[in-house]
Amino acid sequence: MQVGMTVNGEAHEADAEPRTLLVHHIREAVGLTGTNIGCDTSSCGACTIHIDGEPVKSCTMLAVQANGADITTIEGMAADDGTLHPMQQAFMENHGLQCGYCTPGMVMAATSLLQENPSPTEAEVRQGLEGNLCRCTGYHNIVKAVLAAAEGE
Amino acid sequence: MIPAAFDYAVAESAEQAVSLLGEHGDEAKLMAGGHSLIPMMKFRLATPTMVVDVGRIDDLRYINVGSEVVSIGALTRHAELEHSTALAESCPLLAHVASKVGDPQVRHKGTLGGTLAHADPASDLPAAVLALGGTIVATGPGGVREIAAVDFFTGYFESVLADDEMITEVRVPVSTGGWSFQKFNRRAQDWAIVGVAVAESGKGVSLINMGSIPLRAGAVEAAVAGGASPAEAAALAAEGTSAPSDLNAAADYREHLARVLTERALSAAS
Ligand SMILES: Cc1cc2nc3c(=O)[nH]c(=O)nc-3n(C[C@H](O)[C@H](O)[C@H](O)COP(=O)(O)OP(=O)(O)OC[C@H]3O[C@@H](n4cnc5c(N)ncnc54)[C@H](O)[C@@H]3O)c2cc1C
Ligand code: FES
Ligand code: FES
Repeated sequence: MQVGMTVNGEAHEADAEPRTLLVHHIREAVGLTGTNIGCDTSSCGACTIHIDGEPVKSCTMLAVQANGADITTIEGMAADDGTLHPMQQAFMENHGLQCGYCTPGMVMAATSLLQENPSPTEAEVRQGLEGNLCRCTGYHNIVKAVLAAAEGE
Repeated sequence: MIPAAFDYAVAESAEQAVSLLGEHGDEAKLMAGGHSLIPMMKFRLATPTMVVDVGRIDDLRYINVGSEVVSIGALTRHAELEHSTALAESCPLLAHVASKVGDPQVRHKGTLGGTLAHADPASDLPAAVLALGGTIVATGPGGVREIAAVDFFTGYFESVLADDEMITEVRVPVSTGGWSFQKFNRRAQDWAIVGVAVAESGKGVSLINMGSIPLRAGAVEAAVAGGASPAEAAALAAEGTSAPSDLNAAADYREHLARVLTERALSAAS
């Protein structure tokens, strides 16, 4: 089936079997590999992207369900001149990543979190990132980064 | 993990979804948010040959608050229930329970109709609808019928819904009396090991994960109605249940949790 979507502002059209997961479509057909796959159980959030402005686990959606959608992935976060998104900058400055595998999903989930709640408490940040797992950082610096990004905005 | 192959159709209306279900028989499945169905298809626990996507029927995404009844479109997402101020004012239990489902990403996709149709005894929102004494509106080839939540669930992942019926609306009474939701789990994002929902200061009490379906705690409700204290009423919470034993908890531990959580919930709601 022909599937069209806007990804990071650019129109993209490709053929997809109905059973193709959106995350595979983004990685393989659109060719953007920043969105990671970390589990088979919809638990880890490494695959989080924004669909029509909302955070979604792209491993738990079919590409055909996203036909006509407006999608932002981690590649669409920095400005055209390479200036990092404030959330990316905050992750860098606060050591919010070690191996970096969870980071794209964390950044996408964290920016959504601040959209819904621009000045969260630490507890609210931890709750808001419930859908994202990190095996390295112990979350502490991730939470610090999100709070710093909220301060900066 | 990739689902087995299937054909895919988008339904623009409930009537179209029902007629597609009729055409394709029991090999067809509706897909709303897909947040129960897709995980099962990835593990090939579900292998429908036809998926009917009802997720685009935006006409079925609404929360209408009347003087006595709140009517909610089946495609309304958990996040919409969670953030609705109209629902927070008219039926705070339902809005709160929605905010405890899974994680934010899950709540942005999962729908009220989907979680009811999925009929998982470990799910949160079915127990809330049950405690509130809600009803489920289903549209089929013969028209529309309304089913009381207590009559809806029949077994693990099973309900009275026919293969060619679709849930189109969920109705709950306006309910602003004392309420509480106690969800016990050990990790963020998990389903309840046991959960308890209390509506109207104990008129409605339901239990999550204490049997093959979400259960009304009838003995507790009767004790509350007879004037028992939260502790006295909660002592009866495991009566008539058939709690499962699994990796998370043995049945007798679940019974203990049901009593403890029911006492907390009744105290908070009184
Ligand atoms: C990581 C993760 C964590 C979760 N944690 C929780 C949790 O803590 N608590 C909890 O309660 N749930 C949890 N869920 C489940 C979540 O709430 C699901 O969204 C919900 O159970 C199903 O809703 P859906 O719209 O996604 O349904 P779908 O997956 O689209 O459908 C589920 C089933 O219902 C049928 N169906 C869907 N809509 C209708 C309809 N309108 N009429 C008739 N049949 C229909 C489908 O055919 C299918 O059989 C979790 C899910 C995930 C992925
Ligand atoms: S890969 Fe999507 S949640 Fe883990
Ligand atoms: S930085 Fe390694 S998983 Fe989070």
